[in-house]
Amino acid sequence: MIDFLGNKRWFFLISAIAVLVAIVSLAALKLQPGIDFSGGTSITINFTPQIEHSESPEFQSQLRQEITEFGHPEAIIQFQKESSNFLIRTKFMSPEEVNELRDKLKTVFQREVEISVPLEMSPTIASETARNAGIAVIIAAVAMLFYIAWAFRRMPKPFRWSTCAIVALIHDILIVVGIFSILGRTANIEVDAMFITGLLTVVGYSINNTVVVFDRIRENLSKGISHDFAVIVNSSLLETLGRSLNTSLTTLCVILALFLFGGTTIHNFVLVLLIGLLAGTYSSLFIAGPLLVVWEKGKWGELLPWLPSFKKPV
Amino acid sequence: MRKKNIYLLIFILVLFGFALQSIVPFNTKLMGPEGLTLGLDLKGGSQLLYKADLSQKDPSITDNEAMSSVIEKIQRRVNLYGTTEPTIQKQGADRILVQLPGVKDISEAISLIGKTALLDFREQKLDESGDPVLDDKGDWVFEDEPAKAKGRDGQQRELTGEYLKLARTNVDPYKGPVVVIEWDSEGGYLFEQITRQNLQKPLAIFLDDEKISAPIVQSVIMSGTPAQIEGHFTMDGAEALAIQLNSGALDVPLEIIGQENVDPTLGADSIQKSKRAAIIGIILLLLFMLIYYRLPGLIACISLGIYGVFMLAIFSAFPVTLTLSGIAGAILSLGMAVDANVLIFERMKDELRSGRTLGAAVEAGFNRAWSAIRDSNITTFIACAVLIWLGTSATFHASMVSGFAITLFIGVALSMFTAIVITRTFLRLVVASQLITTSSAYGVKR
Repeated sequence: MIDFLGNKRWFFLISAIAVLVAIVSLAALKLQPGIDFSGGTSITINFTPQIEHSESPEFQSQLRQEITEFGHPEAIIQFQKESSNFLIRTKFMSPEEVNELRDKLKTVFQREVEISVPLEMSPTIASETARNAGIAVIIAAVAMLFYIAWAFRRMPKPFRWSTCAIVALIHDILIVVGIFSILGRTANIEVDAMFITGLLTVVGYSINNTVVVFDRIRENLSKGISHDFAVIVNSSLLETLGRSLNTSLTTLCVILALFLFGGTTIHNFVLVLLIGLLAGTYSSLFIAGPLLVVWEKGKWGELLPWLPSFKKPV
Repeated sequence: MRKKNIYLLIFILVLFGFALQSIVPFNTKLMGPEGLTLGLDLKGGSQLLYKADLSQKDPSITDNEAMSSVIEKIQRRVNLYGTTEPTIQKQGADRILVQLPGVKDISEAISLIGKTALLDFREQKLDESGDPVLDDKGDWVFEDEPAKAKGRDGQQRELTGEYLKLARTNVDPYKGPVVVIEWDSEGGYLFEQITRQNLQKPLAIFLDDEKISAPIVQSVIMSGTPAQIEGHFTMDGAEALAIQLNSGALDVPLEIIGQENVDPTLGADSIQKSKRAAIIGIILLLLFMLIYYRLPGLIACISLGIYGVFMLAIFSAFPVTLTLSGIAGAILSLGMAVDANVLIFERMKDELRSGRTLGAAVEAGFNRAWSAIRDSNITTFIACAVLIWLGTSATFHASMVSGFAITLFIGVALSMFTAIVITRTFLRLVVASQLITTSSAYGVKR
């Protein structure tokens, strides 16, 4: 028997710390934007005859010098062992500029040069992409807020229900984004367009989980199983625990398999889902419902027993 | 009650038969030309995003007219170039998205599509005394304006690519690849005048304000005779120029503002791995359902199998363009389909534990779970609708957000059908058949 509500302080504390860390790391480290969001050009250069691994460091510094001279000192240059290609990321280059670079490298290195541009995005388009995705998510969240309020319209104060669901949602998103800001710094993981898709998926999971729990609270409330709202919420959480864990476990099966055995192109995307699934399961059990109880009872002070000023005389 | 279920079963099986028939065998149907439409990120290819500089359009036409004319000409260029199934779309007020599946050498395609290809001829610039003006390098300088001549109606006209009837490539034994142009009758008339005015003088050929070559006019080229453009072309370069000239000059200059090129061989390995991983994941999921929920789990596995077939059939029938993000949407909807079954079975177990009969527990399980399934799925529908609506007006990655939302929408709608109709019908029939009545088969110890 888990006492969700008796321990809510701890659950909230854990979430508060996690969210706070996420916000701080997001503010301090920021996300590493991929070309999708920052604009720029990514180029792969393939030399024939191929560059041997042993000569790559020397070659790379020479390449850096040439590209700096070409007018792109900001370029990030990486040698890829598997393909013997150089992967280069610069500010936005026009196709003409890319052609000039190819011709220049050909004459300098006296080798055949094959250049391809996997992705290129002008800064205007990039910031538009980021903005549009943000707007879409916010409008979708507001629309869901209204629907949940409507679905729970027979409950007293339905907007509280939907607000709690959205708080749980923001909690999940912040944790995912926060972890990616840390990963951006430590593992050099960039956020790209697929990251946004991943976040949308997390939004879907999170809302789905919370609505299922709320549905049970609604049912138990109208059945009148107790006078104490806290008891109703607690037993609703216990009753849905089986479903919550099973659904999360089944989803985890698929996500873990994709994470462990899937291709590299979807690795970061699956990582978003993995973190989002864990955060979403946690928040639907320990945050959304208990938060509703605290709000319903108006006992916000209970949450902050560590601050002396909030301590109420017994 | 029983009769109704048998009818429903027949209905489901007929639907399933149609769906299966439309995708099997996978190799020829599902993956064939009539089957799934894969996005560029999955099958490889290029997309180019251009911005049109509408400030330079002819003031007598509207922005929309200029854009549709440009798009039509790009369409012609791409068709002449011979790519399969290109798509060219206007995005927003002044952007054009060109998608070229399977194109490998994109730099060629870029220069082919994006060049304005405005052809004209310019006369030599002379100073007051009538001597040729020379630049620092000692080369001739040409006028800034296209050469003019009197047309058949006596009006002064500039000779441009507008009067072109046909451009084709040829190989000149001395000059290499050249582009041969045939004028229409007015163009031929103008060209005759211009060559006469410039006899024994250089006449420069300009493309997009850039000099291609400046041969000396040896003789008057009579109307009806083709003209030849020389310019140290490669064969590909000459062909591209011919295509551009044939499709007509673009009404406004284009600038490339984004491109994405997916090497079809590069992603293939990763997709293969991910496919295998997804199959492992789904098998684990089905095993879990089977072990935990026993008989209902088995029924859920069967209905999820039917769900998968329906989903693929709908994707290939519509067709829905499948991208990586679309697959993400499909995976999420699969999760929700499983969830709907889990919700129902958990309710059913509750009812069985509280001592209800099997039949009553099945009915109660579905009825009780319905409100949760309905509300969570409608919430998802609303989010999808917003994303589809906003996604279509967006930019480069428009297909990303809306692709996710479309497959999720279809998947969730289908998952409601699966849980409420298919699983329920199967369960009712199994219970009514009274073949298996022990409660342990339903995952409950009594």
